[in-house]
Amino acid sequence: MASADTDIAPRRSVLVRGLRWMANHRSIALGGFLIGMIVLAAIFAPLIAPADPYMQDLLATMEAPSLAHPFGTDDNGRDIFARVIFGARISLLEVVLAVGLAVLVGVPLGILSGMSGRYVDQAIMWTMDILFAFPGIVLAILIVSVLGSSLINLLIAIAIFSVPVYARLSRNLTLGLKRMDYVEAAVSLGISRRRIMSHYILRNAIGPIIVQSTLTAGTVILSAASLSFLGLGAQPPLPEWGAMMSDGRNYLGLNIWMSLFPGLAIMITVLGFNILGDGLRDLLDPRK
Amino acid sequence: MKAYILKKLLALPLILIGVSLLVFVAIRALPGDPARLMAGPEATQEAVDNMTVRLGLDRSLPAQYASFAYGAVRGDLGTSIKSKLPVVAEIAERLPFTIGLAITAYLIAIGIGVPAGMIAAIYRHGWPDQFVMILAIAGASIANFWLALMAMNTFSVQLGWLPLLGASSWKSFILPSITLAVLPTAVIARMTRSSMIEVMSQDYIRTAYAKGVAPSRIYWSHALRNALLPIITIVGLNFGSLIGGAVVTESVFNWPGIGRFLVDAVRYRDYPVIQGVTLVAVTGVVMMNFLAELLIAVLNPKIRFD
Repeated sequence: MASADTDIAPRRSVLVRGLRWMANHRSIALGGFLIGMIVLAAIFAPLIAPADPYMQDLLATMEAPSLAHPFGTDDNGRDIFARVIFGARISLLEVVLAVGLAVLVGVPLGILSGMSGRYVDQAIMWTMDILFAFPGIVLAILIVSVLGSSLINLLIAIAIFSVPVYARLSRNLTLGLKRMDYVEAAVSLGISRRRIMSHYILRNAIGPIIVQSTLTAGTVILSAASLSFLGLGAQPPLPEWGAMMSDGRNYLGLNIWMSLFPGLAIMITVLGFNILGDGLRDLLDPRK
Repeated sequence: MKAYILKKLLALPLILIGVSLLVFVAIRALPGDPARLMAGPEATQEAVDNMTVRLGLDRSLPAQYASFAYGAVRGDLGTSIKSKLPVVAEIAERLPFTIGLAITAYLIAIGIGVPAGMIAAIYRHGWPDQFVMILAIAGASIANFWLALMAMNTFSVQLGWLPLLGASSWKSFILPSITLAVLPTAVIARMTRSSMIEVMSQDYIRTAYAKGVAPSRIYWSHALRNALLPIITIVGLNFGSLIGGAVVTESVFNWPGIGRFLVDAVRYRDYPVIQGVTLVAVTGVVMMNFLAELLIAVLNPKIRFD
């Protein structure tokens, strides 16, 4: 009996402590919950979706929401709910690819810039300032017009306009960390510059980079959807949320469901990333 | 302050040169022969050769860039492939529509965002604060073209109150400018709130309270005046995202501005237009950012007396 009590008690307290922590960090709990739902929807899409997202049923086009089709059907009789659920996979893939690429290029550039002498630093920052001068969408349109309209090219374009954000952030972090005693100690011990950058700077810069990535994720989804909506990214019949609305646009007044639900999905996902990012930023902010 | 402004002033041409280089290189990086692309798919070899000479593609890259940059400075951005008209004339015809839309959107955003942010700051942690902040974070998470479609469906298609597309009367301004204003309103509300909260904790505000100055006077003249600086900065520095938003909004509403012109140009592979519009848009953004920084330098004593 006694041993069973001691088994249960700490577990319960972990749960209670966890709930209490979440109550104190409501942004992280709410944002995490929303993103968690989207991730689950993406992973289990084939189990959740009532139909194949590509399957056309020309006898059941433009239907309003019903039990058989919770979000209705589109102009080709495809199930909108299934397409929105499968669209979560595409959106999360967009985030992983575009943010990943921007981090892989931007962070090393920023750290290098912060650790290097005046000329290398200035050259890198000048390049970043130029990229930064472009409105993201305009730069993406320029790049896509050169590479051609496809989802992958669009993600490359979005990654390129996100690079300066990471470069500037990691440069500023590097400039701060560089003056820390433990980094100066490492320098005087003769540890190689490369090792200092990866082991001493990068490891301590990861927190703010994660916060930034959460916030960038929202921008990536909105930009990718905008450009796919304009026909410059994901192409039909891919169930990308922006591309779905591009179809729906032609049927305003006849079938609002084609536009309504993909847009709601975008809002929930971006909201989740933004709330989570805000919460993480507050959590990591040393001033608080 | 002079040193600060001088530094910014010197950086300006460097950025503009970099921007023009990037636009120039991007278009030259097109796979295949740009002359063939620009001449169109049905062009004869002779037409392609003519295009090669006209574009100066038979010359070296530096020489090409020099003539491109020289042309751009003189206001010559080449000729549209589709309309055969000078790109500059095409842009000049559409620019007022984009500027009008941008100004209206900014007026809405400031008119709603600043009071909303002030209310949130004054009732900090109370329900008005939470309400405003929830709206602000939702506003920053909405796809503006989705909002546009929903508004068009309700007000134009269902109710028939407002024109669906184009820019035929003042009524045409309503939906596009509100759609475009959503994101800057959200950003300005958040910025005003945090800026006001910071100012309100300063000693001189406490002194004003202690002297018995009416709270409304403290908010409007003591606090807001000092909170304006970060707000102006945000407005100036976010001009780029406004232009980005305008590209999408204009396309949804068939608005005859340079944003839709750019998107159409991509569809027609009208590279001189893509090049020209990009250059004009980015130059505008760079200039607005520069003005914002200049204004900060003039208004902020910490920089002014540096």
